[in-house]
Amino acid sequence: MKLNGAQILIKMIKAEGIDTIFGYPGGAVIDIYDALAKQEGLRHILVRHEQGAVHAADGFARANKSVGVALVTSGPGATNAVTGIASAHCDSIPIVVFTGQVPTALIGNDAFQEVDIVGITRPCTKHNYLVKSVDKLASTIKEAFYLARSGRPGPVLIDLPKNVMQARIDFVEPGEISLKSYKPNYKPNKKQLNKVVNMIQQAKRPVIFAGGGVILSQASGEITRLAKMADIPVTASLMGLGAFPGSDPLWLGMLGMHGTYRANMSIGHCDLMIAAGVRFDDRVTGNIEKFAPNAKIVQIDIDPTSIHKNIEVQCPIVGDCKTALKGILRLMEDQKMDDLKKDRLQWLDQIQEWKSTTPLKYEQSSDVIKPQFVVEKLYELTKGDAIITTEVGQNQMWAAQYYNFNKPNHFITSAGLGTMGFGLPAAIGAKAACPDKMVIDIAGDGSIQMNIQELMTAIESKIDVKIIILNNQNLGMVRQWQELFYEKVYSFTNMENAPDFVKLAEAYGAKGLRCTRPDEVESVLSQGLNYKGTVIMDFAVDKEESVYPMVPAGGAITEMLLV
Amino acid sequence: MKTNSYLLSILVDDEPGVLSRIAGLFSGRGFNIDSLSVASTAEPDVSRITMVTKCEPQIIDQIKKQLHKLINVITVNDLTDKKYVQRQLALIKVNAQPEKKADILRIVDIFRCKIVDVGLSHYTIEVSGDNEKHDAIISLLKPMGIIEIASTGSIALARENGKK
Repeated sequence: MKLNGAQILIKMIKAEGIDTIFGYPGGAVIDIYDALAKQEGLRHILVRHEQGAVHAADGFARANKSVGVALVTSGPGATNAVTGIASAHCDSIPIVVFTGQVPTALIGNDAFQEVDIVGITRPCTKHNYLVKSVDKLASTIKEAFYLARSGRPGPVLIDLPKNVMQARIDFVEPGEISLKSYKPNYKPNKKQLNKVVNMIQQAKRPVIFAGGGVILSQASGEITRLAKMADIPVTASLMGLGAFPGSDPLWLGMLGMHGTYRANMSIGHCDLMIAAGVRFDDRVTGNIEKFAPNAKIVQIDIDPTSIHKNIEVQCPIVGDCKTALKGILRLMEDQKMDDLKKDRLQWLDQIQEWKSTTPLKYEQSSDVIKPQFVVEKLYELTKGDAIITTEVGQNQMWAAQYYNFNKPNHFITSAGLGTMGFGLPAAIGAKAACPDKMVIDIAGDGSIQMNIQELMTAIESKIDVKIIILNNQNLGMVRQWQELFYEKVYSFTNMENAPDFVKLAEAYGAKGLRCTRPDEVESVLSQGLNYKGTVIMDFAVDKEESVYPMVPAGGAITEMLLV
Repeated sequence: MKTNSYLLSILVDDEPGVLSRIAGLFSGRGFNIDSLSVASTAEPDVSRITMVTKCEPQIIDQIKKQLHKLINVITVNDLTDKKYVQRQLALIKVNAQPEKKADILRIVDIFRCKIVDVGLSHYTIEVSGDNEKHDAIISLLKPMGIIEIASTGSIALARENGKK
């Protein structure tokens, strides 16, 4: 069967079980778009900016537990995709990005819309390729998907010169992938697992710390069982929210810079930390010297570079989180648990005391809407069942603190890179993956403007997303730092000059709702959530509200600002 | 913190861009490359990179792991604490005034080097050996007036019988 490169590309994407891609056409990918128009079974969602395509693929991958795919043209199309790729790289999200490239004969000649995207994205992809000949195309695509989803997942980019897309060959199914230089280690060392069981038995004040790796390896069931089996309280990083039920009594809340008092205090006082699928980001640890100073640390991670990178650990386990936790559970089942649970009482009482004396809190007001109140109400109305995406900054932290995530893959946020403008396109991707789910972007008035053009994508493709703007007319998180650490010099963080978001929604063909009073919050939320279609709910919230607790950058995480 | 010198022997896929991935990893993460040498091996499609890097002891683990994480890196062998043979090649162009010629020839003889180019007022000397030999001959030739030096990075192979 003779096929051209573009047809092979589509065939190989479908062979990976992918039914939806996000993209934007251009000169270098016109042959691919021609082939897309002449096929069935692969849905293409037209975005309005290439960054949006990659974030949407990212949101799709996270909600669907699969690989997201984006297709963009050469030159500016490719460079526009870079922020999306870097975001996915930081959060280890499996996506494959196809970029158009000028014909091979022109590469290196500074041709029109030529850029060395393989060179540009080398440090922010798991791997990338330039396909110079159509014979290598099918096997390269298969290898790219394999790399994206295996081991520690991540973005893979394939650069596709135009003549390679046009060239015709007899299509040959590529064989199984075997790379002599890439063999991720899924199976943990049994001795280390035994060591963990001993450590759990000896611990008086243990804590489980779950990260994004638990969600990626679909190990939240195992984490939950381990916690309940031995009465171990659980905290999570921003990436790990949903790995453990947020309404469970053993739940401590998120830890770190804006972690709960009890989570951070537990870290400060624990004698054993079981860290699974985490990389000890500086936003989590604060001052490394004062992070979990009394604890022995077990770290489970599939990526050996994550271990001993920022924090020295006493029991490293290289392997898949799910496999490792299953192994630990199997060994734990032979142990007597009653004594273990008795041992915990004092520790759990201490945590309960931290929780009751210093809970997450904010001053309710009857005149002005508190952003935390909006998120709390949203949780009540959606019963915690919605997929929440966020932008970056205060909106992201309030979403993390006040929406109780009970299930994995329901919180989608740019954690590592902190990319403003992520939430809306990611929501579109998540909704495309899970059409029966309610998908809500919790946004700020600053970050929503960074990819607002994707509203048109949602409308055109009938992908209904709900956008909640916590509108404080400020770049709130930077403003908060200026207030606390820069003598209230509010340099360029005022955003009062903003569009009318209700009219803006209407201009795009969406519904716009505005809420200015606390007593209207619930009704506006219900109206927006029940509306059939994409809607912006613009909440005029307290301009000076800050996110607390807060650990000043570089401080010990037990030393929190609480007001 | 004390820094040590480490000698890494890295086998990689012989593909365009591999060196750039490695160089990018070092610059992006703030690691140092002291010397670098790349060439093909007996196996087709495989190249050997020999690298000397200076860092604190706890960083070398991270360097090795990060190198190994690159998809095109097949093996990373840290030769530092093993038995190995190491060579580097240098060409040293030295001032050869008539009254110094005999001295230079004697040094060349003692170090078993070769004179590969002779001019009216200079010799070019080829030196092959380990770091110490290079440092020694350079310090002896310096008083004569070294005009230029071209030197390769270190290359090394592990010896057959294991550890030091």
